[in-house]
Parts: sequence; structure tokens; C-alpha cells
Amino acid sequence: MMTTRIQKEARKDTLMINMGPSHPAMHGTIRIMLELDGEKVLNSEVEVGYLHRGFEKTCENKTYFNLLPYTDRLNYVSPLINNLAYVMTMEKMLGITSPERAQYIRVIMSEFSRISDHLTALAAMTMECGAFTVFLYYIKAREEIWNFIEQSTGARMTTSYIRIGGVKADLHPDYKTLMTKAIDVTRDVLKDVRGLLDKNKIWVDRTRDVAVVDPDMAVNYGFTGPCLRASGVNYDIRKAFPYLVYDQMDFEIPLGEKGDNFDRYMVRMNEMDQSLRIIEQAAEKLPDSPPDLTAKGFEPADAIKASRDQKVEGIRLSPNLQGSEKEKHAAILADSKKYIVPPKEDTYTNIEGLINHFKFFMRGHGIRPPQGEVYFAVEGGSGEVGFYIVSNGTDKPYRLHLRAPCFHIVSALEEMIQGHYIADIIPTFGSTNMIGGELDR
Amino acid sequence: MENQEVIKTLQETFPDDILEVSEQFGDKVLSFKKSALIPIMQFLKEKPYSYSMLLDLTCVDYPDEPQRFEMVYHVFSLSHKLKLRLKARLGMDDLVIASLTGLWKNANWLEREVFDMFGIQFTDHPDLRRLFMYDGFEGYPLRKDYPLRKQQPRIPMRKNDDD
Repeated sequence: MMTTRIQKEARKDTLMINMGPSHPAMHGTIRIMLELDGEKVLNSEVEVGYLHRGFEKTCENKTYFNLLPYTDRLNYVSPLINNLAYVMTMEKMLGITSPERAQYIRVIMSEFSRISDHLTALAAMTMECGAFTVFLYYIKAREEIWNFIEQSTGARMTTSYIRIGGVKADLHPDYKTLMTKAIDVTRDVLKDVRGLLDKNKIWVDRTRDVAVVDPDMAVNYGFTGPCLRASGVNYDIRKAFPYLVYDQMDFEIPLGEKGDNFDRYMVRMNEMDQSLRIIEQAAEKLPDSPPDLTAKGFEPADAIKASRDQKVEGIRLSPNLQGSEKEKHAAILADSKKYIVPPKEDTYTNIEGLINHFKFFMRGHGIRPPQGEVYFAVEGGSGEVGFYIVSNGTDKPYRLHLRAPCFHIVSALEEMIQGHYIADIIPTFGSTNMIGGELDR
Repeated sequence: MENQEVIKTLQETFPDDILEVSEQFGDKVLSFKKSALIPIMQFLKEKPYSYSMLLDLTCVDYPDEPQRFEMVYHVFSLSHKLKLRLKARLGMDDLVIASLTGLWKNANWLEREVFDMFGIQFTDHPDLRRLFMYDGFEGYPLRKDYPLRKQQPRIPMRKNDDD
């Protein structure tokens, strides 16, 4: 049996204790070995990898189109941002841009995902500190957001909605109702939570001045996202390297002062307000698309029959494909036969469409980017989500590497909890927003 | 300040160590000799360039090439908003490169991951162990010659005898 670092370093008179990999007051499977003097953490060692499933190796054996659903499972509370990060890396390599409406939809979806990510992170953090009411409030708001996401994407978590060249389908014809509701409920929840927590003595005592990360340490550890901004470093990819239509949005970057757990809570709260602002602006500016088309036309089987002796216009697609009708393609997908799935109407009724379909899905064909390597990052829920892809000209990535934001943040956990009490580990760990799916890959 | 400027100064300061400068999809890429890793990174990290953040560190395996492994570093300058990619090649006969843990603390886990997945040794790393895989795992899963579906035997249960 190999001894770990902490076992070698530990003093004889101290107590060694294991926290995790499965602990009732911690979410996610992570093991923290603690060397304790009374309740004080003298030294610690974090062990990760319990959720390692070979994401990178798997992706290197899948085609560029097929690996998209795997990205849903990285940060599983904001899958749309993972989709976006991968897709935009591919778009950079392929040199295509999505239509304007698709870009606005992407902005709306990633901001909702960011809110759901922050809500989940704070819900877990507060619940583990005993604030169960707050947890339920947060989850209530997240539920409304996921209802909205489900309505347009068809799934609550594993969405695979953002595709190379645009999005899978247009927004649901009735999206405005659920979107307004999600925004209103979230605003109310944020207000209620502020009332419950901001000046709550228990909450402030447990988070203020606990696990202070100064700007130098944050940068040195490669922090990004809310954890970096809580330390007072003003860096947000949406402002520094604007992608999509973020340069046309009016929003602010909330910053913390001390970099303690309370600041990490506060920055996330303020960021959610800003995200709601962005969603409202994007919904306002959203360009029009053709109206709802689901009702008219033939059923696919009838259309095939009818196409033997006449040219068939208008096919009623399965409800699963709602929003991705041929007429909608121009608004939501880039005009590039090589990189997008051809419209189903064409696949069903004419030979050219069928050929395009097979050319897209056949092994060795499909999306084949030029040789080279590319890195692109977007602002995810907990920081910079970056993909590094090496292409050798075939339909599979030669190498695909994910830069996971919480990898860098959790690697600082040992230093953050050193010298604090066991009870302080709980909010500190919560504030790092560790997500096993993207940390362990 | 532009990356162009930084690369020019780098080439002047390390004329023998910078092997190639190229551009890939709009990103500047710089290849260097692995022996010069620490001086180059130190130079970039200090003012006026202030590439103060190590964004990412990974490795790519090219089994058919003589210098089989390629270490890839992404550094980022917060004050100038510049990202730079640096690469160094390693051969099978000499799978060792200097560790960046002295400059950036997140290099600790990043390098452990590369050691775990590719079997590359980092000199002066304080705690070079596998990160994701378990002790007793054989081979390096992200190397191209590691089969996708290879199974490894379960590790035996540990005896409960207070070690």
C-alpha cells in the first residue's frame, strides 16, 4: 500500500481523519484527508478522480458530431454552456458563424444556465450550513428555469441543444410565458434569500473571513469566474474577449473585496441579477423567425407516398423535431451543408437530401475540420470553460482536452482550509462549486 | 501590447531555444526546446509581459514521430488580455521536463494529471503521483497505444490490520 503525502508528513500526536468520498455534508465525491489538532485543520490532502470516466479518451474515439452529448455531462448543472464551449471551439476551427437569432438564443440559454449553476452552487453551500429554507427557495427558482429550458430543448439536463453552426431548434412558440415566469420567480427568490442571509449572523459568522483568497493567490492558482472576481480581479471573458453578442449587452461585472466565502456568495448573487438583465435585453433584441409551422403539411409517410407523383411542399415533422423545420433553418443554423445536419424534409423526400444526410453521418465523412489545433474558451458558471482540440483532418478529434474551471479552484482547497476549523470546510468547499463531472472528466 | 511584440523579444532573448513561431486559426503558437522551459516561463511571467496565469497545461501523443510527446502550455496575461500557447517536444528516451510548480501552484495538479495520463516525469515536482487513476493502475490511458476498451483487474481488498 502506497502512503500518501499527508501520511508521511503527519505528526505523531495529531489525529488523522477522512472526510468523504461520501459525506452527508458534502456534495460530490471527493476525499479530503485531514490532519487535525482538536478541531483545527493542520494539514490536508484532497483526492479526486472518483468520477473519472475517460471523457477525453472517449471523445478521441467519437466523431465531432457524436461527442456533443458527452459535453452535457461535464458540468451537469449548466450543460448548455459546455455545449457552447465545444461548439464555439469547433466553429473557430471551421470558420463558420451562427446566424444572429441563434446567437441571441445562445446568449439566453447560457445566461439561464449560469443562473442555474449559481443557484445550485449556493443551494448546496447554504443547505450544508443548515439553511434549508434557502436551499428550497433556490431549487424552486432552478425548477422554473429548467422548465423553460425543457420546453425549448426537450431535456432538463442533458440538452445537447447548441449545435455546430447554431442551435438544434428554434425557441418554443410559447417560450415567452415560461421565460417571464422563470425571470420573475428567480428575482423574487433572490430578494427573499437576500433578506434571509445577507445580514444573518449565523451565515455571516460562518462565511466572513473564512478561506480568504487574495488576488495573487487566486491568479497563481488559475482561478476564473466568480471565485476570481470575489478576490477582486476584474476578469470576465464576456467582457475581455466578447463572443456571440455579449458586446451589445449592457451588464456589469460584480466584484468582491476580500475573497472570502461571503464574497464568493455575494458575487454569485449579484451575477445572477446581471444575468437576468442580459436575458431581458436579449429577449428584447431577438430577431424574428418564421412563425410556428408544426400544424400544416403531410405526415412523413404520406409525404413519401405523395412524392412519387408530385413535388411535395410542407411536411409535418414529429413533435420531437419541432422548431427545426426547413423554413426555420436559415434563422437558427449557419448556411453550410458540410457542417450541419440537413433538414429532415429533404432527407425524407428527395435523393439529394438523402445523400447529404448519409454524407454527414457516414464514418469517415461528416465534419472534417482542417489540420491544426485550436483553443477557445467561454465564461462558464464557475469560470473559464475551454476546449483544446487537435485535428488531423479526419472526422474524429486527434486530441481533445477540456480546461475545467473547478479543477484549478479545487486544487487550491488544501491551502484554503488550512488553519481553519472542520466546520469551515463545509462552506469553503461549497463556495468552490466543485462539480465531479468536469473535475474528474 | 501585442503577442507579436512579446514573441519578438522572446526570440531576441532566447535565440537558440525558440524553434518555431506559427499561427493556428488566429492563435500564436511558439515551439521551444524543453531545456528552456523555466527561463522562458519566468521571463513571460514577469513584468512587463505579466503572463501571470497558467491557463492550461496538457500533452499530445504522436506515436509515429521521433519526438513523441508534445507538452502544450497556455499562459494568459491579465493586464494585457493576451493568451499565448507554447509547446515543447519530448522523446521516448527522455520523458522528463521541468516542473512549473515553482511558478504556478495549479501546475501541481495539472502536471500530476499529465503524469497520470501520459507517464511524463516532472523534475522537482513536490508530489508526483497519479491524480485520477488509482495506485496500481498499469499503463497510461491517454497514450495512443493504450486500447480504448482495455480492462484491468480489480485491485485486491486491503487487509484490515492497521497497516
